[in-house]
Amino acid sequence: MLVIRADLVEEMVAHARRDHPREACGQLLGPEDTDRPERYVPMTNADDAEARGSDYRFDSREQFEVYKQATENDEETVVVFHSHTRVPRRPLTDSGLPEAYPSVKDIEYMGLQPGVHFAIVALTGPDAEPDLRSFLLDAEGRVVEDEVQVVERYMLSHTGADDVPDKG
Amino acid sequence: MSATVSIPTILRTHTGGEKQVKADGSTLQEVIADLEANHPGIKDRLVTDGALHRFVNVYVNDEDVRFAGGLDAQVPDGGTVTILPAVAGGR
Repeated sequence: MLVIRADLVEEMVAHARRDHPREACGQLLGPEDTDRPERYVPMTNADDAEARGSDYRFDSREQFEVYKQATENDEETVVVFHSHTRVPRRPLTDSGLPEAYPSVKDIEYMGLQPGVHFAIVALTGPDAEPDLRSFLLDAEGRVVEDEVQVVERYMLSHTGADDVPDKG
Repeated sequence: MSATVSIPTILRTHTGGEKQVKADGSTLQEVIADLEANHPGIKDRLVTDGALHRFVNVYVNDEDVRFAGGLDAQVPDGGTVTILPAVAGGR
């Protein structure tokens, strides 16, 4: 399950709308080993197929800068995000619409990041209703849907003294 | 000539779970050969047909080696080599 704050979902969807019809991409970072996304980092889509607007690739130098900063802050990538704006190359349905489901190419690259959630927002147009879904690969490399639970704030485990409210 | 190599999660099965390992070499090619000698199987995850695999990004110090000579990139003594998974996909 992916538990994610509503404001982070809004940031991803806003990015997808801004870049439509190109695919938008980004990542959500959170404290190491918590599986809790805390901030959205929009990434530059450096895909060669820019003109077709149908694929995405993190800019490798930017990815390194974000990685360095995250490592210094004891953060890690919790979610990799991208949008789908076109009919898939191999559609699962005959709706003729973008699908919030990993493509063959998505799955190839998902295998490189075990434990990371892959969130996809499908947008049929810049102002259309977004369809957000999230996926993981299991140990056998099969795609597993990851239920998305959108919350106003995270319910953190109680860490402070009883009379001190928890942060977050 | 020794470098510190940062290993991504997906490749830590080859390094006994270590996030960082030492490797010798003055070029990336030599560093990868030394990695392979100590952590068998890792080279095939990084190199295919004599070039870096499209699934990985490799950085020497702060530079992506795709812009710095690829496998021939110079690795200074005491330098850092960082391996990250490439992040890509699309419809």
